[in-house]
Amino acid sequence: MAVPIDDYLRTQFMPHIWCPGCGHGIILGAVLRAIGRLDLPKDEVCIVSGIGCASRAPGYLDFNTVHTTHGRALAFATGIKIARPDLHVIVLTGDGDAAAIGGNHLIHAARRNVGLTTVMFNNSIYGMTNGQYSPMTPRGRYASTAPYGNVERNFDMCELVRAAGGNYVARATTAHARQLSNYVENAIQTPGFAFVEAVTQCPTYFGRRNKMGTPVDMIEWFRKNSINAAAAAKLDPADLDGKIIIGEFYRGDAPEYTEVYDEVIERAKEAAAR
Amino acid sequence: MPGHNGRDLRLLQGNECCAEAAILAGCRFFAGYPITPSTEIAELLSEKLPQVGGKFIQMEDEIASMAAVIGASLTGAKSMTATSGPGFSLKQENIGFASFTEVPCVIVNVQRTGPSTGLPTAPAQADLMQARWGTHGDHPIVALYPSTVPEVFDLTIKAFNIAEQLRVPVILLMDEVVGHMREKVAIPHQSEIEIVSRPQPDVPPEEYLPYAAGPDGVPPMAPFGTGYRWHVTGLYHDETGFPTTAAPKVDRLMKRLYSKIESAADEITFTSDEFLDDADTVVVACGITARSARRSVRLAREKGIRAGMVQLKTIWPFPYDLVGDIAGRVDRIIVPEMNMGQLIGEVERAAKGRCEVVGYSRVDGEPIAPAEIVAKIEEV
Repeated sequence: MAVPIDDYLRTQFMPHIWCPGCGHGIILGAVLRAIGRLDLPKDEVCIVSGIGCASRAPGYLDFNTVHTTHGRALAFATGIKIARPDLHVIVLTGDGDAAAIGGNHLIHAARRNVGLTTVMFNNSIYGMTNGQYSPMTPRGRYASTAPYGNVERNFDMCELVRAAGGNYVARATTAHARQLSNYVENAIQTPGFAFVEAVTQCPTYFGRRNKMGTPVDMIEWFRKNSINAAAAAKLDPADLDGKIIIGEFYRGDAPEYTEVYDEVIERAKEAAAR
Repeated sequence: MPGHNGRDLRLLQGNECCAEAAILAGCRFFAGYPITPSTEIAELLSEKLPQVGGKFIQMEDEIASMAAVIGASLTGAKSMTATSGPGFSLKQENIGFASFTEVPCVIVNVQRTGPSTGLPTAPAQADLMQARWGTHGDHPIVALYPSTVPEVFDLTIKAFNIAEQLRVPVILLMDEVVGHMREKVAIPHQSEIEIVSRPQPDVPPEEYLPYAAGPDGVPPMAPFGTGYRWHVTGLYHDETGFPTTAAPKVDRLMKRLYSKIESAADEITFTSDEFLDDADTVVVACGITARSARRSVRLAREKGIRAGMVQLKTIWPFPYDLVGDIAGRVDRIIVPEMNMGQLIGEVERAAKGRCEVVGYSRVDGEPIAPAEIVAKIEEV
């Protein structure tokens, strides 16, 4: 179903700041189409971001929008959601924002199972500051602060969020826009903490430094190197090296934080009345 | 128990009193992280807030606490956090965000001896400058400073009201001694307490400019989720709330943020004084040290010395005019403080050389006794 998304955009601020060929627009489109299919009233949607390329997204979106401090989007969003549980709070964040400086907030938001939808734009690089390696940069890849190849291993954020207690975990790439949008839709509908990793291309910094070719080449690379979770489960882990495993990894039904807190309020009021 | 004028007379610790006052001021959201000597505030609010339908959350760290407080306030909830020195340092970036995006909130800092982990948890008054300049960049801030438990009640209410009226983070600086001391407090009935709430837009959503200020310099603030969709950013922004790099707009925003505080300065400056009329020596102090100062000038008067004192309950904005007027009338000002000399710098700026300004620092984790101040009064 084609979903018009222009109504969700503050088109007066276009053109956007993202580089030509950047995949962030594909992810944003996937998010907006998910919101459109769910027909969420604009006044009831709140978009929260941190700092970085991905975190500039809310400025272009006609919802209640907050562009916060680096890494802290989930903590701001937690305050919003707890104070107004009826709002659909969606966090748009990058890999530096969510996996490095904001990693602890991600772990705890997942553990609390607060009803937040988090979409992590993973371009494996710090784009806003010109291409330093991030916790999502694979070992051996080049970055402006990894001129001899990255020493560190990259995170599997989906495993992390699942282990921390999130209720929904999925991953797709910009080569799988429709799938990605479906995952975001499922994430929004999940009570509790939901996490979608969106693997995206940064042709300007990651692509250029790692000789990945054009933006189209990078998307094509995602397509060829992605493997569905079900198929991946049948393979030897050694054969998955360098592959991007995509799919829905987990759906849980642990109680959502604000619903549990509502029970606390009931108990507290009873205690006060005694 | 019912007390005079139908008020509820309670024996309360400063921290407990702060929590009780916060609820009466309308606080409905608290996010915090455990740290001595402020923790009783969080403990009591975890019990009391849900009783009135409010929300309490213990976050994963101090940074997250400050962020959650701002997030909750964006939905219209009067919000607060409480901490001490190390936690106050961690909160600073987000305090700057609240100041710049004009999100009302109250931050309690029950001070302890620093720097770093310092002397947990002996008292000190060394966060005066952190309260003013802890976050980077120019920014408006208000800081209030009680010296007794009843003042904790009064200034906690005022902190919320000022935060709402001016859309500014308000810092309630407390001394560890005040936070943990128990005193008698007459808690007024809710109906006797003046409550201020943030200005609301009187235009329909399509005409709402979230950062267009009225004559008082304060823009109306629509809660999230009420039909007014607006954008909040820590980037320089214009009246629409969206980012701008236009030099005149950048200049206008920063100057408005300062002027909204300056134009309300008289309303938000609270002081208390004794024996000022004929004094030739005046003690300027805040917090627990102001209590010793009060006692010290009474003792000095008994010795025939014309001493007076001023307690600054509002530290920021600093009452330069008030202190400057005193400096023009007296021979000397004595500034006792539990730090290496923070308040004295502002007193000197206010005095502009019109009188002698003498400091007295105590930095061993012990409060300053009245006799020490009397000795200083007699010495000079």
